[in-house]
Amino acid sequence: MTAHISIREVSKTYPPAKRGGSAVEAVRSVSVDVAKGEILGVVGYSGAGKSTLVRLINALEPVSSGYIEIDGVDITSLKSRQQREMRRGIGMIFQRFNLLRSRTVAGNVSYALEVAGTPKAQRAARVKELLDFVGLGDKADNHPEQLSGGQQQRVGIARALAAEPGILLADEATSALDPETTDEVLSLLQRVNRELGITIVLITHEMEVIAKIADRVVVMERGGIVEAGETYDVFTNPQSPVTKRFVATVVRALPSGDDLARLREAHGGRFFTIEFSDDSASEARVFRALNREGAEFQLIHGGIDDIRGRIYGRLLIAVHGDDDAIARAFAAVAKTIRITEVE
Amino acid sequence: MDGLEKLIDLMPQFLSDTGKTFYIVGLSMIFGGIGGLIIGTTLYVTRSGGVLANRAVQAIAGFVVNFFRPIPFLIFIAVAQPLARAIVGTGIGDEAAIVAISVAASFGIGRIVEQNLVSVDPGVIEAARAMGAGPWRIIRTVILPEAFGPLILGYTFATIAVIDMSAVAGFIGSGGLGNFAIVYGYRQYNDWATWAAVLIIVIIVSIVQALGNAWSRKVMRR
Repeated sequence: MTAHISIREVSKTYPPAKRGGSAVEAVRSVSVDVAKGEILGVVGYSGAGKSTLVRLINALEPVSSGYIEIDGVDITSLKSRQQREMRRGIGMIFQRFNLLRSRTVAGNVSYALEVAGTPKAQRAARVKELLDFVGLGDKADNHPEQLSGGQQQRVGIARALAAEPGILLADEATSALDPETTDEVLSLLQRVNRELGITIVLITHEMEVIAKIADRVVVMERGGIVEAGETYDVFTNPQSPVTKRFVATVVRALPSGDDLARLREAHGGRFFTIEFSDDSASEARVFRALNREGAEFQLIHGGIDDIRGRIYGRLLIAVHGDDDAIARAFAAVAKTIRITEVE
Repeated sequence: MDGLEKLIDLMPQFLSDTGKTFYIVGLSMIFGGIGGLIIGTTLYVTRSGGVLANRAVQAIAGFVVNFFRPIPFLIFIAVAQPLARAIVGTGIGDEAAIVAISVAASFGIGRIVEQNLVSVDPGVIEAARAMGAGPWRIIRTVILPEAFGPLILGYTFATIAVIDMSAVAGFIGSGGLGNFAIVYGYRQYNDWATWAAVLIIVIIVSIVQALGNAWSRKVMRR
């Protein structure tokens, strides 16, 4: 399968802000493919280059080197008229919504249709259809400032979908929203993805957003990609320090350092972590196996998280008993459950 | 004959000069307003990061505005006389005044427009670019409509400045309330005539300001 968006060795350097200053490398040699119909999450702290990266995809900013292909067309070499044509096939939503204050809700959605060249006679019906899709059919004649943040973002989404794009770029689309509204907007984005088959590239610094809707995640730091993979894999087995910090904001970190030392003193025995996924009987099987071998255990710490609709659980247990018995117990279940001794 | 009686005798002249003030201010605001809109928009969109960023045009436009704008209007009238002769065939009178005021107002309004446009949220412009809108469409359908409320206030301010200029233009023999106050008030020591002109100017200015405020409030929905 060919990629929908193919980013190859792309760099973006801004000239120095002051004479004699140093140039800023916002994006360094980034390569990533986005498959048709997937939701790719790009996560990073502010200044990691993710907002710049997303603006390279619709050529709001020109690349400094490398190239980007969308459906096999290199968009970095397009002339400005062709670029504008190309942008009509890519919707974009923003952290601060960026709605026109001079127009009503319907006027904002209609604007995208005007730009796309939709004949006037067809606009009203299409606007209504789009506003109904985002659940704001009754707000057509309101002005943006009369709407809540979540509603404004839904107008932004309706506007972005107006020209029937194949791609939607979401730049920190939920960062200005409270958790509940964030969930509303994320479910809407999920519907956009599933019902309309639109590929979504979603920029965020909130790992919960990634955990909820991203199929794959790319972690950026200082302009480069430090880690990439299936969302579930990245959450359950993060490699780089920055990814681990991000994952820890969603998946509670296991006790470490002084806390761990205190727990060891209090409980004694050997410490193990048990990791399990969708199979919710996993931990019961481990406990049964330990019982069978006559080993005693105590539950010290644990938590279950929902990552992209899949369960990820992690328990820390202290086990007392004969080393051979423990080894036998774990061997019996090791095929499906990951057990790691905590040193 | 005391001043009041004289003023009553001058009533036809007074009314015709009031009408002339409307004529001069009205035409000057049409020409100067359009000129200022073009100059101000040019200054704004050619800034670095603007939708038509162009360093050379920005530098030239900025230089021209900065060169003419500080010239006191009384002197500018003289500077603009050759231009008035070229355009309306005479260097004195109402039409010459309209030329001088229109040009001077263009530069002043240009800076006001530029300042109003700076208040437009760059995010909205970026959103329009992301939709595939070109620079000219963005100027027409995003930048100017989004700044419409502040622009009304800016033009209100400019109208009042032009009323002031029209009074000064009395010095090159243009009619209007300024001329009336100079000729019949100042030169003939008739305070009644001077104050009558002042009063009517204050009333016009107050009405213009009130209308401008109300309209901009309506547009900005505040």
